[in-house]
Amino acid sequence: MAGHKETFITKYLFSYDHKMISRQFLLTGTAMAFVGMAMSLLFRLQLAFPGESFAVLNFFLGDKWAPDGVLDPNMYLALVTIHGTIMVFFLLTAGLSGTFANLLIPLQIGARDMASGMMNMLSYWFFFLSSVIMIASLYVESGPAAAGWTVYPPLSALPQAMPGSGTGMTLWLVSMSLFIVSSLLGGLNYIVTIINLRTKGMNMLRLPLTIWALFVTAILGVLSFPVLFAAALLLIFDRTFGTSFYLSDIYIAGEALDHTGGSPLLFQHLFWFLGHPEVYIIILPALGISSEVISTNSRKPIFGYRAMVGSILAIGFLSFIVWGHHMFVTGMNPFVGAVFTFTTLLIAIPSAVKAFNYLSTLWKGSIQYTPAMMFSIGMVSTFITGGVTGIILADAALDVNLHDTYFVVAHFHIVMGLSAVMAMFAGVYHWFPKMWGRMLNKKLGYVHFWLTFITAYGVFFPQHFQGLAGVPRRYYANTEFPLFDGLSDISYMVTMFAMVGGLAQFIFLFNLVYSMFKGPKAPQNPWGSNTLEWTTPVEHIHGNWPGDLPTVHRWAYDYSKPSKDGSDYRIPGQDFVPQTVPLEEGEIDGEGH
Amino acid sequence: MTALLLSLVIILGIVSIVQMLRVFDLSNAIKGTDEIHVNNQETNNIRWAFVVFFVGFFAFFIYLVAEFGDQLLPQSASAHGVDYDWLMNFNMLIITIVFVVTHIILMVFIVKYAKNVSPKATFVTHNNRLELIWTTTPAVVLTIIVIYGISTWNSMLMDKPEDSINIELYARQFDWTARYAGEDNILGKANFRMISATNALGIINSSTIDDRLNQYDDQIAELEASREKVFPGGVSDEEILDKIILVKKNRSAVLKYEEQSKNENFDVADDDILTKVEFHIPVNRSINFSIRSQDVLHSAYMPHFRAQMNAVPGVITNFYFTPIVTTKEMRKITGNPDFDYLLLCNKICGAAHYNMQMNIIVETEEEYNKWLLEQPKFNVAQAQ
Repeated sequence: MAGHKETFITKYLFSYDHKMISRQFLLTGTAMAFVGMAMSLLFRLQLAFPGESFAVLNFFLGDKWAPDGVLDPNMYLALVTIHGTIMVFFLLTAGLSGTFANLLIPLQIGARDMASGMMNMLSYWFFFLSSVIMIASLYVESGPAAAGWTVYPPLSALPQAMPGSGTGMTLWLVSMSLFIVSSLLGGLNYIVTIINLRTKGMNMLRLPLTIWALFVTAILGVLSFPVLFAAALLLIFDRTFGTSFYLSDIYIAGEALDHTGGSPLLFQHLFWFLGHPEVYIIILPALGISSEVISTNSRKPIFGYRAMVGSILAIGFLSFIVWGHHMFVTGMNPFVGAVFTFTTLLIAIPSAVKAFNYLSTLWKGSIQYTPAMMFSIGMVSTFITGGVTGIILADAALDVNLHDTYFVVAHFHIVMGLSAVMAMFAGVYHWFPKMWGRMLNKKLGYVHFWLTFITAYGVFFPQHFQGLAGVPRRYYANTEFPLFDGLSDISYMVTMFAMVGGLAQFIFLFNLVYSMFKGPKAPQNPWGSNTLEWTTPVEHIHGNWPGDLPTVHRWAYDYSKPSKDGSDYRIPGQDFVPQTVPLEEGEIDGEGH
Repeated sequence: MTALLLSLVIILGIVSIVQMLRVFDLSNAIKGTDEIHVNNQETNNIRWAFVVFFVGFFAFFIYLVAEFGDQLLPQSASAHGVDYDWLMNFNMLIITIVFVVTHIILMVFIVKYAKNVSPKATFVTHNNRLELIWTTTPAVVLTIIVIYGISTWNSMLMDKPEDSINIELYARQFDWTARYAGEDNILGKANFRMISATNALGIINSSTIDDRLNQYDDQIAELEASREKVFPGGVSDEEILDKIILVKKNRSAVLKYEEQSKNENFDVADDDILTKVEFHIPVNRSINFSIRSQDVLHSAYMPHFRAQMNAVPGVITNFYFTPIVTTKEMRKITGNPDFDYLLLCNKICGAAHYNMQMNIIVETEEEYNKWLLEQPKFNVAQAQ
């Protein structure tokens, strides 16, 4: 690649270079996130002020979907659906994995680039195309898909059941099919690269935890996304070719439909067989990023590296056998419910191990409160808060009264919307210097952190109470039930926090765009980190290292390691030992010391 | 005009922030301060800010409990719900303790190990004994939670009393119908091909079979007649033929019921009772709900009874419970004379999903029997 003439198109648009592709994923993911966030603010207006008229609703949605400024119930469900789809897939899967896997895998394992630059580029462009189609579906006359991000049939299969299940749903399926292709292309690349292209001395147990996490994430994706593809394919058949995989005994719009023998539960099994690993595809990279940021900023090794690797593997394996906990009240055989309760509570164990190891990394550390570190601390707090409500929901008996209520909404938003997003922010603040060769503004970072942390908990913590009171999710209004009148103050409070929190993200956007062009130039290793990515030049070059690939002699976590002769530090004058530094006489690598 | 002014404000806002940042950069360059690393003053401010945050968070938690605690569901209105509430409180206690303790530890570490008071970290890589402790302790606690949870689940679903009263909850976009099984306690069979204007639930008995067959015959005749009135731009002959095929298919399915009725007694449906808007159940009797859907997924959610079960088209699902608190009693307990038990739809089903409900009245068995006698039986309602 070195020495070829680069045009604007080959450098910025159709690049094979993993570093450029990672920036493309970040920018597209961020743009989609703002769209998804805007949608949530629109529908939260309706929830806080039910039936009231807002000019801004009419401005964004037009006379058809917000007549006289009042949100139409079908469009409410469409906003909720597309918000969920964008956030889960476009932000937290492509945006999170796509950015950091692409940036860090070759750099942290000591490779010139991904195994296949072509597949990598295609992975991004399929993602971009998928995003365009998802946005295009918003402009369809009958409205975008509106059956929830989980698009259960028969509601999603029958246009006569709701308008969004017409063309909007077709476009959703097309967009997601392309998205799945993008994910598979990326995931295969990540796995092959990690297995084959590690540099000399980089054995598996010297890999930074970020790479372990991204590795297991990619395996989860490759095994589970095809099942979603199958689910979508069968749904396309039912919608277009008259098959009855998911449909039976339906009378709708005045006629008995010609479908018998199918079951809506088949879709749910297929969907959640991906759906559950999917949420671990979201959280594992977040946990991996946090390991890096927390240990670097505590000037201490990540506590219990092998236990952390073990728990990543355990979570990865267990994530495949818990999907039924999304289906406790579907009428499955009760025995199955008991089995999934057991397996779901099992997965709490490696998750707890990780949380305790993060806390132990802070213990006896020397903590630098960079914005990245603060977001990682936020990640640990929200991972615990969201994780423990998962224990309640894992219990089939308790789920009977909580399924599809705001308790579930609170749980998954705190683990995904808070925990994973905060880790993503931490990753951006931490690796922005590597991505753009400049520094993000620290003060704006602090403002962004505090506003986000306060408002995000303010939005989702009160929703537990709504759920415990029996308020269902995906309800256009709670005003039809006197039962919920006393909780309208919570809806109002949540919306206010959401508005402020939404505005706060513009501070981040501004910081991002401004610093890309005008931020102070980054030093070689701004955070004093041990991993290989900081040994490459600040200005990107294809092939990452100008000369030979580095050789690795130790694990990634020798922070504040004393020297064998008893002096404070292994390398005098600095409290970290990069992975390329050879072991001295009698020095032991890794956890032994 | 407003849009123009708003855009101007936003642009000027951005410009002013950019200028402020440039001033910061310049002043840092002059002072020689490092904007990348975190100095001791900032470290100190931030560590105490975290304490303020978490203390505020705990206060927020307490405020929410105090302000909205009484809005949560009142005591259980069903027998198994009492067990449910014990299980819930047990689990909530455990997770609240975990939440509080871990956050206190987090707070202490944030303060104690901040760089300005802990300038040098201690190189500790792992502690296998600790790993063992914090693996086995959650494992033990979770084992207890699993055993307690599964035994509650089993008792909720695997112990249906033999003398349960059978009631069907029929869901469709966007209302519920309750169907009582009558004196024989057997619900009449139903099928979606039997649904018509006079038989909304598609119930099968000898007269509805006859009616439906006649209706299908009429429909076929109409469609055949319309074949002669085909015009370009309208419904094509092919489409009419396809419709006729479908109607004939439905008709022959119904015909099968006519043949079956020689061996099977469909007239158990005759004493069924249909109600909308509200349904009544007697206190201290087990009620077995059969739940059906006509079109898309719905869910029968009765939160006061700690009960929920999806309504799945093509399947009859099932949930049972014994109500133990009458509506009158619950009105006293909650201090709300307008209180009513509710059946809500709890699975997204379309535009009016948020307003698909029925009231549930729990009363003494005498009151219930009296009410039931006043409702028309299915075969009587059909005759009218």
